[in-house]
Amino acid sequence: MGNIAAFLLALAIVALVVEMLRRKKLREKYAALWLIVGVATLVLAAFPRLLNIVAEYVGVQVPSNLLFAMSILMLLGVCLHLSWEISVVEDETRTLAEEVAILRAQVESLEQHARVGAASGRAAPRSADPSATSLDLPTESSDS
Amino acid sequence: MEPNPSPRVLVIMPAWNEAEAVGDTVREVLATNSRYDVLVVNDGSTDHTAEEAAAAGATVLHLPFNLGVGGAMRAGFKYARRLGYAQVIQVDSDGQHDPRSIDEVLAGLAHADISIGARFADRGEYKVTGPRKWAMQLLARVISSLAKTKLTDVTSGFRAANHRAISQYLDHYPAEYLGDTIDSLVVAIRSGCTVTQVPVEMRARQGGKPSHNPTKAAIYLGRSVFALLFALTRKPTAPSVIAADTIGA
Repeated sequence: MGNIAAFLLALAIVALVVEMLRRKKLREKYAALWLIVGVATLVLAAFPRLLNIVAEYVGVQVPSNLLFAMSILMLLGVCLHLSWEISVVEDETRTLAEEVAILRAQVESLEQHARVGAASGRAAPRSADPSATSLDLPTESSDS
Repeated sequence: MEPNPSPRVLVIMPAWNEAEAVGDTVREVLATNSRYDVLVVNDGSTDHTAEEAAAAGATVLHLPFNLGVGGAMRAGFKYARRLGYAQVIQVDSDGQHDPRSIDEVLAGLAHADISIGARFADRGEYKVTGPRKWAMQLLARVISSLAKTKLTDVTSGFRAANHRAISQYLDHYPAEYLGDTIDSLVVAIRSGCTVTQVPVEMRARQGGKPSHNPTKAAIYLGRSVFALLFALTRKPTAPSVIAADTIGA
C-alpha cells in the first residue's frame, strides 16, 4: 500500500516536471535533475527490494538510512546549485544596470547637445568628453 | 579659468540618498579646478540626490536600483573608460573629502597606478578606536607588505586610479561589502598595479553620522578579515588585459 502511494507520488512529480517543460516554465538544465530523481523514485517504488540490495552492497545496515542520506545530499546539491545560479543572474543584472545607466547618461547628453545645436542654428558635436577621443562606442568586452 | 593643457580628470562620487550634501560637494569640486568633470553615480536613491547633483553641474548616472558602493564605482569606471578619461578619482559625496586635496592625491599617480588619500598619516584629526582600529591596522599591515610600500589607511574611499588601474578594476571590482576597498586593492596589487598613499585631512561629514557601535565594529573586523582572506586567494588579472587596454586607448 505504501509502495503504491510512493509510486503515485513519483509519477506525479515526473508528470509535473514534464508538463512544466512542455509549457516552457522550466529550463531544461534544471529539469534534468528532477526527472532523474522522479524516475529513480519510480523505480524504487516499483521494486522496493532494490533498496535493500543496494544498502547491503554499500554496507548500510538500515536501508531507509541510505535513502535519507541520498536525499539530503541531493537537496544540498540543489540548494548550492540554485545559490550559484542566482549569483550569476545577480551579476548579469548588475552589469545591465550599469550599462543602462551609462547609456541613459549618454542619451541625455546627446539630447542636450541636439537641443543646444538646434537653438543656436549650428550642429554641436559632443563635447562633454575629455580629449575628444572616440572611445564612447561600447567596444570593450573585458567586463563580463 | 586658466588655459589647460593637462588632461581632464573624472571625479566619481557614488551617492545614495545624499541629497543634503551632494549639491554643495559637487559645486565645491567643480570650483576647485576647471579640469575636473564630476560624475555622480546615483545608486538607486529615493530622495532628490540626482536632481541636486545635476543642478550643481554634475553628470549623473542613474542606477535603476541600489548596487552598493562597489557597483556604483564599477559603473563609474566603465563610464570613464567609454569616454576615455586617463585619470579618475573617487570622492565621497557627503563632503568629508576636501576637494582641495584632490590634486594632491592625483599627484600620487605620477609614480603609481593607484593613489590613496590616507586619513591617519600625520594629518587631520580622524580617529577610530576599538575593534575597528585593530581591523584597520591589521589590514594596513598585510596590504602594506603585499604592496611593498607603507600604507596606513587601506579602507579610505578617497582613491585615484590611472589607466592601468581602471583596466584592472573593470576586470575585477567586487560589489560586496568592503569589496570596493580591500578586495579590489589586494587584487589590483597582485595583478601588478603599484600603490602609493598621500596624507590628507578629513572633514566632518556634512550630512549623516558615522557609527561608533562596538558590535558593529566587531562585525566590521570579522568581515574585513574575511574579505582579505578571499582577496588573497583570488586569481589576479592577466597582465595582457591591463596592457591591452592601455594600448587600446
